[in-house]
Amino acid sequence: MRKIVLAISLSIFIAFLIAAALLLHPFGYPPSQMDDYIIENTQRETGANSAVTAVVFDYRGFDTLGEATILFTAVTGVIMLFRKKKME
Amino acid sequence: MSKIVRTISNILILFIFIYGLYIIMHGHLTPGGGFQGGAVVASGIALLIVAFGSQNIHKSLKEHHLSTLESSGALIFIGLAFGGIATVFFYNFLVGSPVFGHIPPSGPNAGDIWTGGMIPLMNLAVGLKVFAGLSAILLVMALATSMTEMDE
Amino acid sequence: MTQGAPFNVPFLAVAMLIGIAFYIILSQRNLIKLVMGLGILASGVNLFLITLGYRKGGVAPIYTNAPIEKMVLPVPQALTLTSIVIAVATLALMLSMVVHIYRHTGSVDAEKSRTMKG
Repeated sequence: MRKIVLAISLSIFIAFLIAAALLLHPFGYPPSQMDDYIIENTQRETGANSAVTAVVFDYRGFDTLGEATILFTAVTGVIMLFRKKKME
Repeated sequence: MSKIVRTISNILILFIFIYGLYIIMHGHLTPGGGFQGGAVVASGIALLIVAFGSQNIHKSLKEHHLSTLESSGALIFIGLAFGGIATVFFYNFLVGSPVFGHIPPSGPNAGDIWTGGMIPLMNLAVGLKVFAGLSAILLVMALATSMTEMDE
Repeated sequence: MTQGAPFNVPFLAVAMLIGIAFYIILSQRNLIKLVMGLGILASGVNLFLITLGYRKGGVAPIYTNAPIEKMVLPVPQALTLTSIVIAVATLALMLSMVVHIYRHTGSVDAEKSRTMKG
């Protein structure tokens, strides 16, 4: 019983995935208006020679702040799980 | 581990540290940056743990040292973000100023390391944070799984 | 390289990776194999993010030696960096929880480690 439900749901899901992969934009011609602006104006506004670092730390620095918070929380959780019992 | 492995890893850890620091500092000129360089330096610490055993490493590198390093990296990052609060949060206030503020000529050019605004300083802060975090995870896990083998 | 193919090959590869990952998550009982399935899912999503931003005949978006007209989009690469770090943090936390479960209940089976009974 469980295997029949698993097989039916998995086949419907994979059919949706393949249909979505075939109906996306053709590979190699992405729609790009925001990135054209970023590529033209990076050296004048930020002064960095690399567009990817400028996007990570200047145009989208707030996402990097959120990611630093996630890393800090994960390290805190791992250290907390491996403490020795000192209860008396 | 044997004597050959310990001697070679003693020599190699210096080169790995310098390589990781090069990737962190040149983040605004070449591919790389804070996250990648921090992962490279943490893999050097993994080499030391494998070669010497986690008990010997734990005698001189405790977890609260790494925790202090990670918290200071996070505080430097937030302090730099608050530096340009006069315009918006996360404003690049060092472009044009003499600290890190040359502006490169448009188009292809050889890179100058004094460009970039506050991006190199943020790279240093994030690299410190990632190195301390990943090393703490590796050290705590290696310590926990080796002690149970010794007890039972 | 894919000039002769009439359909998008990298997107089909991503669909295959995500499908395999979902099959592993839904049908395995060993906890460590479950965590491996989540790792494959994270890799599939990262590959999808990078292949969204490819321009035909493009070069890397570094200004040292490259013409500006044919650069690849830089924003999906920045989002992929963040996603890789988040996947590493999540996998570390999940694996330490699996070690904790093994110490408390003595087995790594998902059916035998339910302690809320009755």
